[in-house]
Amino acid sequence: MRPLLARLAAGERLVGDGAMGTMLFQRGLEPGRPPESITLSHPGVLEEIARLYLDAGSDILQTNTFGGSPLKLALHGLDAETEAINREAVRAVRRVAGDRAYVCASCGPSGRLLEPYGDVSAAAVYESFRRQMAALLAAGVDGVIVETMTDLAEAKLAVRAAKEDSPGIPVLATMTFDATPRGFFTIMGVSVEAAAAGLLEAGADAVGSNCGSGIEQMVQVAREFRRHTAAPLVIQANAGLPRAVDGRTVYDETPAFFADRARDLAELGVSVIGGCCGTTPGHIAALRAMVDGL
Amino acid sequence: MTVLAEIADAVIQGDGPRVAPLTKQAIAAGIPPKEILDDGLIAGMTVVGDRFRVHEIFLPDVLLAAKAMYAGMDELKPLLVRDGIPSLGKVVIGSVRGDLHDIGKNLVGIMLKGAGFEVVDLGHDVAPERMVQAAREGGATVIGMSALLTTTMPAMREVVELLRVQGQGGTIRTIVGGAPVTEAFAREIGADAYGFDAGNAVDVVKTLVGGR
Repeated sequence: MRPLLARLAAGERLVGDGAMGTMLFQRGLEPGRPPESITLSHPGVLEEIARLYLDAGSDILQTNTFGGSPLKLALHGLDAETEAINREAVRAVRRVAGDRAYVCASCGPSGRLLEPYGDVSAAAVYESFRRQMAALLAAGVDGVIVETMTDLAEAKLAVRAAKEDSPGIPVLATMTFDATPRGFFTIMGVSVEAAAAGLLEAGADAVGSNCGSGIEQMVQVAREFRRHTAAPLVIQANAGLPRAVDGRTVYDETPAFFADRARDLAELGVSVIGGCCGTTPGHIAALRAMVDGL
Repeated sequence: MTVLAEIADAVIQGDGPRVAPLTKQAIAAGIPPKEILDDGLIAGMTVVGDRFRVHEIFLPDVLLAAKAMYAGMDELKPLLVRDGIPSLGKVVIGSVRGDLHDIGKNLVGIMLKGAGFEVVDLGHDVAPERMVQAAREGGATVIGMSALLTTTMPAMREVVELLRVQGQGGTIRTIVGGAPVTEAFAREIGADAYGFDAGNAVDVVKTLVGGR
């Protein structure tokens, strides 16, 4: 495989993968238990999910390490297992991907709020991300995706933690925005413009957005990113907002709808197009067909 | 600016270190504690809530304002108790069993306190039995439940059911909220009310309490 960064620089379009959490819930993860708890007990489930997305056409497969920083794992008393959880999550995906897809580590928020509005110091959050990144990088990832961030200060700490010992590791960083009457902002008040500038300044190789309320709004977010930066963009949208119907979780956006609207992302020159909550191998297969048909 | 307006302003600015001495100053000047609470701290927090609602300010500003408000509350609380001034009412809140998300629930707690309610925050992953027990033992008249996952929403129904079985339906009222929760869902499970965001939740709780 050619290096990920070279392909981003060349303006290639890559297909990401789909949801992890919703797939794990379907396979028996109990509400209240962290997705990372599956990694050591049922690594086969992670291989199965990776295989589904690989077969659907993902160029990038993400690891089940979204909440794998020790600060976050500590909420479940799992922080002592940080190294094993991150290492085994990478190995499971690598066993499936080989060199047919990039294995990228997912890194989500610490789950804590930074001082002064929160109660945890920047140094503690940085150390937490550093410990997670060390485990991920030692296990041999092809890149890191810092995602679902809402606090720019925290997102930058995660990007820097990834780059600290391995400046060459590709880092893709995405934040989650809400539509407000004044434009798109994260719940912490970060604009798209500030996110793009801040994440790139921290060393991210590609920036963008993930999660949110669906593909159509995400196209607007992507357009806003494009207005403010020429850097490679990463966009991984939800298949709409979750609804509960007869006790089941339903996301309304079908693969055909999702891929059709994602055409606008391709036209904006978005480098990595993938899915977040509620997207399935079906959504990824539809994205693959759309991208290949361009 | 009067000292009460200064207190409100310091809360709006999220300036905790200014709120405590100003509150002491107001107390020393002989202003009734209830007035300091209503026209100082709560007045400030109301502005913060309104600005947050229209996306003029964001979560960090609200959190800082809340810290500032609490700094003033700490000074006032003993005096309010001494004077026998009741709060607007007691509300037990929590994210339901299996749900570990609490930013939304925390916001509701801040806004409720900022409106003059007494709030018992049970945290996240709270079992239905614990919610009901805390409300009954604490003499709360409202239970506020939050869920961010569709998979944890059914626990809300259990709380409503428990209250009914224990004969507390109507005595202890329920309000539900969270991203995937809808008004229709609230009605379906028999909850008394639904709040679509933190500000709305406060308005709704006021109605629930006032309508008794």
